[in-house]
Amino acid sequence: MNEKLIVSISPHIRSDISVEKIMWSVVWALIPATIGAGYFFGIRAIVLIIISVVTALISEYICNLIFKREISIFDGSAVITGILLAFNLPPQVPFFIPIIGSFFAIVVVKQLFGGLGYNFLNPALAARAFLVASFPQTMSASYTAPYYGTISGFDTVTQATPLSAIKNTKIMGTPEDLEILLDKATSWESLKNLFFGNVGGCLGETSAILLLIGAIYLLIKKYIDYRIPLSYLLTCFVLSLIILPIKRFPNYHIFQILSGGLILGAFFMATDYVTSPITKKGRIIFGIGCGILTMLIRHFGGYPEGVSFSILLMNVATPLIENYTKPRVFGKK
Amino acid sequence: MFNFLFKNKVRKYTFSGGIHPKENKHYTEECPIEKLPLPKIVYIPLSQHTGKIAKPILKVGDKVKVGQLIGEADGRISANIHSSISGVVKDLKELPHPLIFSRVLTYVIENDGEDIWEENIKKEFVEKDFSSEEIIEKVHKAGIVGLGGAAFPTAVKLSPPKEKVIDALIINGCECEPYLTNDYRLMIEKPKEIILGALLLKKALEKNSKNIRLIFGIEDNKEKAIEIFNSYKKEYNFEVYTLKTKYPQGAEKQLIKAILKREVPSGGLPFDVGVVVQNVGTAYACYEACYFDKPLFERVITVSGNGIKEKKNLLVRIGTPVKDIVNYCGGYVGEIKKIIFGGPIMGVAIYSEDMPIVKGTTGILFFNERDVLLEKEKDCIRCGRCVEACPMGLLPCELHKFIKKREFDKARDYSLLDCIECGSCAFACPAKIKLVQSFKFGKQEIWKKEKK
Repeated sequence: MNEKLIVSISPHIRSDISVEKIMWSVVWALIPATIGAGYFFGIRAIVLIIISVVTALISEYICNLIFKREISIFDGSAVITGILLAFNLPPQVPFFIPIIGSFFAIVVVKQLFGGLGYNFLNPALAARAFLVASFPQTMSASYTAPYYGTISGFDTVTQATPLSAIKNTKIMGTPEDLEILLDKATSWESLKNLFFGNVGGCLGETSAILLLIGAIYLLIKKYIDYRIPLSYLLTCFVLSLIILPIKRFPNYHIFQILSGGLILGAFFMATDYVTSPITKKGRIIFGIGCGILTMLIRHFGGYPEGVSFSILLMNVATPLIENYTKPRVFGKK
Repeated sequence: MFNFLFKNKVRKYTFSGGIHPKENKHYTEECPIEKLPLPKIVYIPLSQHTGKIAKPILKVGDKVKVGQLIGEADGRISANIHSSISGVVKDLKELPHPLIFSRVLTYVIENDGEDIWEENIKKEFVEKDFSSEEIIEKVHKAGIVGLGGAAFPTAVKLSPPKEKVIDALIINGCECEPYLTNDYRLMIEKPKEIILGALLLKKALEKNSKNIRLIFGIEDNKEKAIEIFNSYKKEYNFEVYTLKTKYPQGAEKQLIKAILKREVPSGGLPFDVGVVVQNVGTAYACYEACYFDKPLFERVITVSGNGIKEKKNLLVRIGTPVKDIVNYCGGYVGEIKKIIFGGPIMGVAIYSEDMPIVKGTTGILFFNERDVLLEKEKDCIRCGRCVEACPMGLLPCELHKFIKKREFDKARDYSLLDCIECGSCAFACPAKIKLVQSFKFGKQEIWKKEKK
């Protein structure tokens, strides 16, 4: 008998993928948008992101110690939560906001439920919902224009982000006002600003192109499944064709896709492994559900934007979706 | 209708799910099969097959010849065991077994160096026609078992229940496990023999069924083998299917699904969909058993892995201890950490270099510190890679959660018993969870409950 031989159950080889590798890749994929946040909203944006990440790491570490779990601050997941939370904050929020938010995300949403893999809500989004409910004034009034552009992305008069501007005018303005606003909002200039991120909004959500660079990297590496973002965005697009006047096709419909947090949400938050279905069919249904809720909230709800709430609602529906989308077992009817 | 469009393109067949591990076949695929010098001592366990252990028929001190019957099949599902060298029976006692985790009655035979074969083993090939009964009888006598690893007695597989109509015999040349090249070498060195063996297998099945299709299924990473078999297919009237290289293409159910689009029902056998699957090595053994009356006492194995100096394909006598093979292959490289009988995904790690080669051993892999992974298990992050990899359509991560909570009934409801333990889920898992281990445990618990 050779004492040095290891005896273990098969398989004896494994793929080189690991939890850390996936998580850190997502962090890398968020870097372009992080740099974008600094470019558009200045050093303050970077400070907010750093505060958020550091708070997340400290909270995670303290929880590891209290709950006597393995130290998990190096697996990258807390860093992602920190970045994503900051990405969902307006640029002018006071510094205590990311501290409270990150703490809530890690301690209440993630660690109290058992840590990575056990939380049923996306920590960053749940924390954002918590902040919106607790500090409504701060969270809605802290938007500013990017350095080289305007807050609305289409004129200097409108002092609100594109989706808020439309919502406000819908509620308070005349139909003529709305028409004028929509004309401006759906101009190619406005769409260009939305695409590159030269517009007001939360830190990380404004630049579609920078988010897409990271997303494409993750899709190529197969670290995220294309099914959720694809079905999510397609649903939003199709619904916008149904709900919205076809008059400004396709500009208005592209505007719906590029504005708000849709790109960020579809590629980086709806795709969170832990809180989305594990089945292929389930992922498509999850994406469609997110899309329907997002468009409903945007057009009929009280909030100008519905991405974070719709993803959270679908997070809750995930076990149900999984239950009804189990793959067919080989050899069974 | 559009066939002309695909004239020059070979259609490739596959199944859903599965994984793409690094093949690592380049180490040995160009190495011709070499004969291993005869070992001084062989250890021949009386259980080398699925089913009942064979009955010993020799005493300590008896003289034996190569190919002499030393263990008799006991009952319907069992297989004969033959001596693989000539010499003297030194001992008959319970010894560790490479695949069974308890001691098994084993012959210890000392080589007299003469290599005297049983007289009735023929030296020359004479073309001859055999009846179905003759073939099954000869296969049974020769102690042939499935040589792809499962080691199910072939004679039993050739005698399906009367009511089952068989319309296809698939010869499995997939060899989907990484590293292994023993089947590949056999296919390019002995194609005609394999075909003759396959025709015998087909003939044996014609006892109850007519018009059986003979199909060779070969993965597309074995181009040379596909080419050779294609060149014979008109002459001997069989079909060759090119399959996509993907693990576990060689698993019976996945192979049948890929080629014939039929699904073996849950809990059923290939018989139930009119199919019998045999490995190419088994076909070759049948050829030898029928035309030469040669029992199964030697087989081809692949010796590979970073831990061994010379990687080879070897023809070895059953019962040869691992250390003889190590010596012949130039010894270890680095500190040896793991010795695996079979492929790296479904093989069994052994704990001693005294373990003998048995009939079901497709290869031996030597892993040193470069190959051995001792990653810590983490919590499931629900990434769904296992779901995508599972060729049986199961939800491995969910099953694991149920088993962890000891909710075996729930695991059963989620079709745990349909798991073929192919290891695709564990291979794909980024949290490095020992899924196969968990499922083996879960199944045992379910069976235990059922027995009560």
